Amino acid sequence: MYRILEKRKLNPTVTLMKIDAPAVAKKANPGQFIILRTDADGERIPLTIADYDRTAGSVTIIFQIVGATTEQLNHMEAGECLHDFVGPLGRATETDGKKKVAVVGGGVGCAIAYPVAKKFFEQGTEVHTIAGFRNSELVILEDEFAAASTRFVKMSDDGSWGEKGLVTDALRKLIESGEQYDEVITIGPLPMMKFVCKLTKEFGIKTVASMNPIMIDGTGMCGGCRLTVGGETKFACVDGPEFDGHLIDFDEAIARSSMYKPFERAAHEATCNLFAKEVK
Amino acid sequence: MPNMSPKKNPMPSQDAKVRARNFEEVALGYTAQTALDEADRCLNCKKPLCVEGCPVGISIPSFIQKVKVGEFEEAYRIITESSSLPAVCGRVCPQESQCEGKCVRGIKGEPVGIGRLERFVADYHNANNTAAPQKPIANGHRVAVVGSGPSGLTCAGDLAKKGYDVTVFEALHTAGGVLVYGIPEFRLPKAIVAKEIETLKALGVKIAVNTVVGKTVSVEELMKEEGFEAVFIGSGAGLPRFMNIPGENLKGVYSANEFLTRVNLMKAYRDGSTTPIQHAKRVVVVGGGNVAMDAARSALRLGAEKVYIVYRRSLEELPARREEVEHAMEEGVEFKLLNNPVEILGDENGFVCAVKCVCMQLGEPDASGRRSPVEVPDSEFLLACDSVIMSIGTSPNPLIKSTTAGLEVNRRGGIVVTEETGKTSLDGVYAGGDAVTGAATVILAMGAGKTAAKAIDEYLNR
Repeated sequence: MYRILEKRKLNPTVTLMKIDAPAVAKKANPGQFIILRTDADGERIPLTIADYDRTAGSVTIIFQIVGATTEQLNHMEAGECLHDFVGPLGRATETDGKKKVAVVGGGVGCAIAYPVAKKFFEQGTEVHTIAGFRNSELVILEDEFAAASTRFVKMSDDGSWGEKGLVTDALRKLIESGEQYDEVITIGPLPMMKFVCKLTKEFGIKTVASMNPIMIDGTGMCGGCRLTVGGETKFACVDGPEFDGHLIDFDEAIARSSMYKPFERAAHEATCNLFAKEVK
Repeated sequence: MPNMSPKKNPMPSQDAKVRARNFEEVALGYTAQTALDEADRCLNCKKPLCVEGCPVGISIPSFIQKVKVGEFEEAYRIITESSSLPAVCGRVCPQESQCEGKCVRGIKGEPVGIGRLERFVADYHNANNTAAPQKPIANGHRVAVVGSGPSGLTCAGDLAKKGYDVTVFEALHTAGGVLVYGIPEFRLPKAIVAKEIETLKALGVKIAVNTVVGKTVSVEELMKEEGFEAVFIGSGAGLPRFMNIPGENLKGVYSANEFLTRVNLMKAYRDGSTTPIQHAKRVVVVGGGNVAMDAARSALRLGAEKVYIVYRRSLEELPARREEVEHAMEEGVEFKLLNNPVEILGDENGFVCAVKCVCMQLGEPDASGRRSPVEVPDSEFLLACDSVIMSIGTSPNPLIKSTTAGLEVNRRGGIVVTEETGKTSLDGVYAGGDAVTGAATVILAMGAGKTAAKAIDEYLNR
């Protein structure tokens, strides 16, 4: 059993949890993920590692409430235990030898972008972070990013936080102003990553995108998380989750991610109704 | 006087039409009376060929002699001297090509129903004997087993019986490997697997779930930091293969592993399961092995109106067990033999809507002796469907190999071992099962686990 050590609401739909999982913390690196189940009959859901503390033996996860399981997870409190927590899975972000990078995060994807930015920053890489949210209410990890970036550009769809516009607008501006990046790392909604990659391809800047497809076992056994990269089938769980953004077939990934949308929506509603009943 | 009936006592089963719509076990098992009658068919040969056919060498005539006189517990004891998972083997072993394939009664008639008797004995024990087995005296040596499938559990069981302190590391949240994620409930009820694992735990075997060896901990760390003196790798078959034809990543295309994991491990067949599955109406399963049969029959039980097996060779070459093929046919699965998919077509929403197939004919035998299928020109046709399940095998999982320096693998990625011992290129590290051979059977994996257990025992007592 894996105890919830701390729970913090980052915004109305995004929650941070620190989980007691020493074996995972010992091996965790930015870019990797875990799979958890809330209870004995639960669904296995993958979440990227947002932070870890090897000494304390804790792993931080940040999740957005999107379906039944994340809804249920959000109803759990510090002191309670997750039934299962396995990891670290996938390959870690390759940070070696890069002098200057741009980290482009969108929405809850910023939770994953943060440890990557931090690792780069701590090893002395110049880090330009571009974070985008729909509005100021949804902003997460602002102080953390500020502390782990040489330059921090804030963007929002409505202009209520930082500048009004898309992360791609900000990135284009930086590149056109003469900033030269060894690599761009992008983590966020699929359409955002698709357009970041399109932009950097135009400028010939190597770009890595962190993929988060539907997944079950996380060890390569089921192949549910497969995507096409450079015309080849790759498994996000063992070959990724990070891939060369210029080679990913984003349209296919977007289509595949909607496979269970109706089921997820119904399950989420059912869970919400269940919790509403309990409250009454 | 032995029972000279040329036929086995038939296995009572659920009616094909009924069972095709539920996930309950197909075969219902012998009654004590039938078991006594079937046991009477055994001639108790002086030189029992059946034992030679058994990968774990169960003393088959001895246990059957005990069944004959109604000493079922004693029969169980004899089986467990050689097998750690009798209730499982009685159900899923391909007896027709092993013990029963060698039985002399099979020359003029049907062989003794050894598998059915084994199952009867194990079920009898599980239903009537609740006393935990006695814990052997500890010998102070620690062994790690990677993977809790048939090879790992067998290796762990055999070592535990000798007094070893064994920990089994499992990547998933439930122990059992392919027995829980792959083989469906209607062929192997999960309660039976759980019971066999409880028996191993009572022997002292520890099971650490949620541990991915190669990620959470490495083989080297198990030996250098965690104090294990030997490691057995039974990590299973690995990554599902696809055909690399257009349309394989459309929505509604599954690997058999994904489909079966959702259904079996994650219980997607139950109402209210948290894991989604597509309840397709017309399903095409590509492949002809036991896994393909399991997938086809599961799809039927999830409510499909039509399930096809598409296989590029003929019925004769179909690698699945005859019994599984017959069961699938009885239940209404349609076999499209000598057909091969060349493309999967999708609708405007990115969901599968058809498979384009070609007809095949058998050409000259290839190196393996099987006649290789050749395309018939201009024979393309469309098979309408809303789901496709690819069941064409697996390739080895690179996780352990890539994190274990010095572990030798072959061209196909299988771990290289010495056949007689299961020893790998590393001292103290043994391997067996699908991680070595590629996809094979439960009992062959168990045989490999057994061989390695013996070798590990010798290694630690050298």
